[in-house]
Amino acid sequence: MNNKTSKIIRLTISYILILMMIFIVVYPLLWVLGSSFNPGQSLSGSKMFPDNPTLKHYQFLFDLDKSKYLLWYWNSMKISIITMVLSVIAISFTAYSFSRYRFVGRKNGLLTFLILQMIPNFAALIAIFVLANRTGLIDTHIGLILVYVGGQIPMSTWLMKGYLDTIPKELDESAKMDGAGHLRIFFQIVMPLAKPIIAVVALFSFIAPLGDFILARILLRSEDKFTLAVGLYELVAKQFGNEFTKFAAGAVLIAIPIAILFLMFQKYFVSGLTAGGTKG
Amino acid sequence: MEEIKTTTHHGRNAVLLSIIPGFGQFYNKQFLKGFIFLILGLSFGIVFKDILPVGFWGLFTLGEISKLDHSVFLLVDGIIALIITIMGLGVYAMNLNDAYRNGEKRDRGFNLNSVRQQYHNLIDNGFPYLMITPGFFLLIFVVIFPILFVALLAFTNYDLYHSPPAKLVDWVGFQNFIDIFKLDIWRTTFFAVLAWTIIWTFGATTLQVGIGIFLAILVNQKDLKGKAIIRTIMILPWAVPSFITILIFSGMFNETFGVINRDILPFFGIEGLSWMTNETWTRLALIMIQTWLGFPFIFAMTTGVLQSIPDELYEAATVDGASIFQKFFSITLPLVLFATAPIIITQYTFNFNNFNVIFLFNGGGPAIPGQNAGGTDILISWIYRLTMTSAQYGKAAAVTMILSVIVISVALWQFKRTKSFQEEDMM
Repeated sequence: MNNKTSKIIRLTISYILILMMIFIVVYPLLWVLGSSFNPGQSLSGSKMFPDNPTLKHYQFLFDLDKSKYLLWYWNSMKISIITMVLSVIAISFTAYSFSRYRFVGRKNGLLTFLILQMIPNFAALIAIFVLANRTGLIDTHIGLILVYVGGQIPMSTWLMKGYLDTIPKELDESAKMDGAGHLRIFFQIVMPLAKPIIAVVALFSFIAPLGDFILARILLRSEDKFTLAVGLYELVAKQFGNEFTKFAAGAVLIAIPIAILFLMFQKYFVSGLTAGGTKG
Repeated sequence: MEEIKTTTHHGRNAVLLSIIPGFGQFYNKQFLKGFIFLILGLSFGIVFKDILPVGFWGLFTLGEISKLDHSVFLLVDGIIALIITIMGLGVYAMNLNDAYRNGEKRDRGFNLNSVRQQYHNLIDNGFPYLMITPGFFLLIFVVIFPILFVALLAFTNYDLYHSPPAKLVDWVGFQNFIDIFKLDIWRTTFFAVLAWTIIWTFGATTLQVGIGIFLAILVNQKDLKGKAIIRTIMILPWAVPSFITILIFSGMFNETFGVINRDILPFFGIEGLSWMTNETWTRLALIMIQTWLGFPFIFAMTTGVLQSIPDELYEAATVDGASIFQKFFSITLPLVLFATAPIIITQYTFNFNNFNVIFLFNGGGPAIPGQNAGGTDILISWIYRLTMTSAQYGKAAAVTMILSVIVISVALWQFKRTKSFQEEDMM
């Protein structure tokens, strides 16, 4: 009996704490969803449950004559996808060499990567800005993509190397005995086994450019080239509060697909990070 | 005997001949290799003959005639010249080394590899280099180059009053660092920003880690219902791009129109607080927001660890008569902390450089009289402010150097202690 009451007390307290936390987590998200259906323009009048909800902000965003939102959306997707593809190629090559070959400079290379991943590459933002100016890559998407890919390399190489180290070397050795060449071992034996970590690296390099604000803000100058992060920031920063409901609609449209993608692959994130993290 | 005496000179001869790349290899009768080195050497000479001297001249002088010489571009070209030279010297050293090694082999009377074997060796030994080349080149230009540039910039007087093309930039030695620690306004600002950076890093990270682990354990209780849905909801803040949620919070905390001051606080009978104009409240808001943003990550990781702890461990403890608390402190917590330690540490370094939340919430503000950083500026956002709004490029670079030294020493200290670093094979 005593045991039972203590169990009920424990569970009740747990549920209360969890409910409070759920409220804190969900409130801002529901609030912005509600704001996006508000008929008014500004922050001041917006309510979580508007009296007469409207879709006009969404219509405004989809209207190419009035708003550049769709263009920004397209830019963001383009940049993220290209970054993802290039990162996965460069990173699997580098991680594979570091994991499978012993060559001069390997140890120092790994150590350099370790240190580089600690310093965010936007710490040197003056340099990136000047270099982009010098090479004419300022205000181009290709310049931004190259910076993103370069920034992904150190950390993800470690992550992937940690995973590749767990794939037994006997596999490639026996394939070598059978006369398989370097490329063949890489493409047909190791890479298929590394699919989970490739998925993790791909998702990281897809999401990182979407979440980045500072590099895009420094490198992209014209409104037509903006990514969503910069565009939405400009939308709220220009006259704070006055365009808030439009911003809310724009935020909902990008947050929902990303969140769904994320929740779908969340398991891989966790396993990939703990596997690479503890080993690497 | 005579054979050995005469042949002892092959190594030396080959090196001497290799002063012109490739000739040592020709001397060793390795024509394919020699040809490759010769071509490399020749093309390097032809392509860079004019560029390199100009590059180094620029690097040393930073330009001599104002309005004509653009100091910053000269610095860029100089660093590129430096990188090219180092790579060239690397290949040249390989050339000398190869000539010497093969010459020595001949001295000892070994047969040298045939063209066919050379080709295979080249493929086998060269393959890893070939594979890291694309990543490596990109890294040089978008990571290594910027670091060198900032490191050099920290020793120049590049600012609003010395900005090309109108004015030249000069080398000033350690003046920027001396200014930061000697001039009153810089010193006050630097230490104020550093102190807040440290409070921010430890406060926000510890809170998010603590709450994340606590909730994961809470939700993982066996007799709790609805685990799947609760876990999905808890992960939402991680799933939504953070720049969006930060901007949303920035709206919610707005002093006059924001929902917090208008609805939530009055509901509890509290008057609205000055979230955006009072330094202390802004800091508190930032730590709360970062906790909201960061706890799901730890929550997910901890949940993963908890699910992998075998039930038998707890059952055995129950048989031995352990209480809930004993089980928690001697089984759950040590296992969780051990497995997530590397991730927790990266969370600290992440928050140390967490620009987005500081900048997007309130731009590092509110402004503070008597210093040139906002009240919530951390080092990285102060660097942004110095660069983008007050054009203090040299000082910003100096602060970046200080920041990098802090981060690198913490990183090295931490990784020296991790086991994987010491295992030769893993490394």
